[in-house]
Amino acid sequence: MSVHIVVCVKAVPSTTEVKMDPKTNTIVRDGRASVVNPFDATALELALRIKDEAAGKPVRVTVLSMGIPDTARLLRDCIARGADAGLLLSDRAFAGADTLATTYALTCGIDALDEPVDLVVCGKMAVDGDTAQIGPELGGALDIPCIADVQELLGVEDGVLRARRATDGGRELVEVALPAVITVAKDAAQLRMPSIAGVLAAQDAEVEVRTAAEVGADTARTGLSGSPTQVVRSFVPERTHEATAIEGTVAQQADRLAELIEEVLR
Amino acid sequence: MSGLVVDRELCIGCGRCVRACASGGIELVWEGPRKFAQATDACVFCGSCVDACPVDAIEIAKDGPASAGDLASYRDFWVFAQVDAAGHVLPVAFELLGRARTLADARGCRLVALLGEGPAAPADNVDALIRAGADEVIVCRDERLSSLDAEVFAQWICSLARERKPEVILYGATAFGRELAPGVAVRLQTGLTADCTVLELDPATGLLQQTRPAFGGNLMATIVCPAHRPQMATVRPGVFAAPAPDSERIGAVSEVALDAALTSRVRVLEVEPAHDAASVADAERLVVVGRGIGSKKSLPLMRKLADLLGAELGCTRPLVEAGWLEYRHQVGQTGASVAPELLISVGVSGAIQHLAGIGGAKTVIAINDDPEAPIFGAAQYKVVGDCIEVVQALVERLEAK
Repeated sequence: MSVHIVVCVKAVPSTTEVKMDPKTNTIVRDGRASVVNPFDATALELALRIKDEAAGKPVRVTVLSMGIPDTARLLRDCIARGADAGLLLSDRAFAGADTLATTYALTCGIDALDEPVDLVVCGKMAVDGDTAQIGPELGGALDIPCIADVQELLGVEDGVLRARRATDGGRELVEVALPAVITVAKDAAQLRMPSIAGVLAAQDAEVEVRTAAEVGADTARTGLSGSPTQVVRSFVPERTHEATAIEGTVAQQADRLAELIEEVLR
Repeated sequence: MSGLVVDRELCIGCGRCVRACASGGIELVWEGPRKFAQATDACVFCGSCVDACPVDAIEIAKDGPASAGDLASYRDFWVFAQVDAAGHVLPVAFELLGRARTLADARGCRLVALLGEGPAAPADNVDALIRAGADEVIVCRDERLSSLDAEVFAQWICSLARERKPEVILYGATAFGRELAPGVAVRLQTGLTADCTVLELDPATGLLQQTRPAFGGNLMATIVCPAHRPQMATVRPGVFAAPAPDSERIGAVSEVALDAALTSRVRVLEVEPAHDAASVADAERLVVVGRGIGSKKSLPLMRKLADLLGAELGCTRPLVEAGWLEYRHQVGQTGASVAPELLISVGVSGAIQHLAGIGGAKTVIAINDDPEAPIFGAAQYKVVGDCIEVVQALVERLEAK
């Protein structure tokens, strides 16, 4: 039985720190290159391991992203590391999407693939958004179960996936029949380096770039139009305290700190 | 047509919007003798430029399916009450009830707690939720709810929400809450804001204003869900204070049944309880360290300080990413929210995401060599200096006592 795995990948800024210009209180922009969200890199590695361990059975790994045209570069890099194909959803109609509109677009992308999908692997969250919503929303949208926060993937056998995942109370060993969605913790694996054969393959590989219309997406449900949530204000939070400075030599500071701690804990 | 719209009659070409944009999403273009702002393809509709514009020339226009009549049929605030392995309601549910009580009163609506639990659950959960502010508890006792299966719970909540039409549903941003709430959002095709640190009502529209740290660092974003219901948000444990239980309160109890066709598609084969009981989230005293401590070699000194104070050791995200400490030590938006009596912050610069997690601390003492570090804005006392030297001296003082 062949297995088709889709890995959802997001391009994120290489640094998530936004620097502020203290004088103008505005954001300092520099040429920040985008990279694959580190959680999604782990997701790709886990998918590739399933492929490695399939022992002759065909496993196909497709990387899927919604993003600006430049994201194709990142998908090509995923192919160099072992993915078989890439699909990039790129259209102004996708811009400004919240998690619901992103989920819808990704669902359209999944439906547009030639082969039905057995397993969707997502990073648990993106480092620039931190919402951790896409994986569970995809599960709901595709009406398949989702296992969130997988820390260890034990394998896929006869259409059943086993994994250890983190929960509020500790960890659980779970199993689920495919198709399913899993979201993975960042330290579950380290993404492999590209192989020479992979790099050559990536040069020839075609990353498909499709518009909303080409994947049959209803643009009333994509991007800004399709997003129920709306940012009404972005702001730099005001300082809530004016801290009292403890001054003097290190010895004096330490004395005062020791006193303070005693007062607070009394 | 949806998009970022610049009113050229109003735009004065000042460029404040360009400077406010983190994504290169707006630029100035010349047209004849005048300059105008214009959105680029990189615009992510974050709204920073809208706020920065001194002449209100920019707006984010959106076609919406808004139908006011339909929205008005949604009433009441709901809070999802998650239970732990022993069946007790988690503290975050009470914290949410406390905040939602105030909001529901302001909105003139009822506050409802949702309790899904196994048949063997403790008997006093319903009363505890009423004492914390619920007007009604919708309770479903079913074997299928005795383990936390996000899909089963999501289907249950969705069927209730379709029938009873709540205006707002709030969830604790626990591991389970963060898995459950998106499952509800996508099935109800509504919005969901993760990890809010502030919840308020817009006095004009009555919309729930959900504020959370955004853009990875130094900005907060206020988010609304104007045309879809219910409005939904998750909130980290520790962000709001739990109300004092009011034993005089009375509330209604509705027992509901679970759809007979609903079954779990995930089999739990083994459960390993967390072995490490020490938790930064519950600590009364905390020493939190950041990148400013310089190297992993400084950690034993920091541990010593924590031990001398009877404190837990917490850290910022970069230290976890660098592998210096495990994730369970992480304090901040994507780690634990903490509410200790005393928090000593050492070498922490104070990114918004970190500050979002320490808002509940009573007294914060921050030590950092950068006098401009944002952490000082969240501290009552500050020491500007070499954090290793200061901590070393402090450890000597404490040891001498």
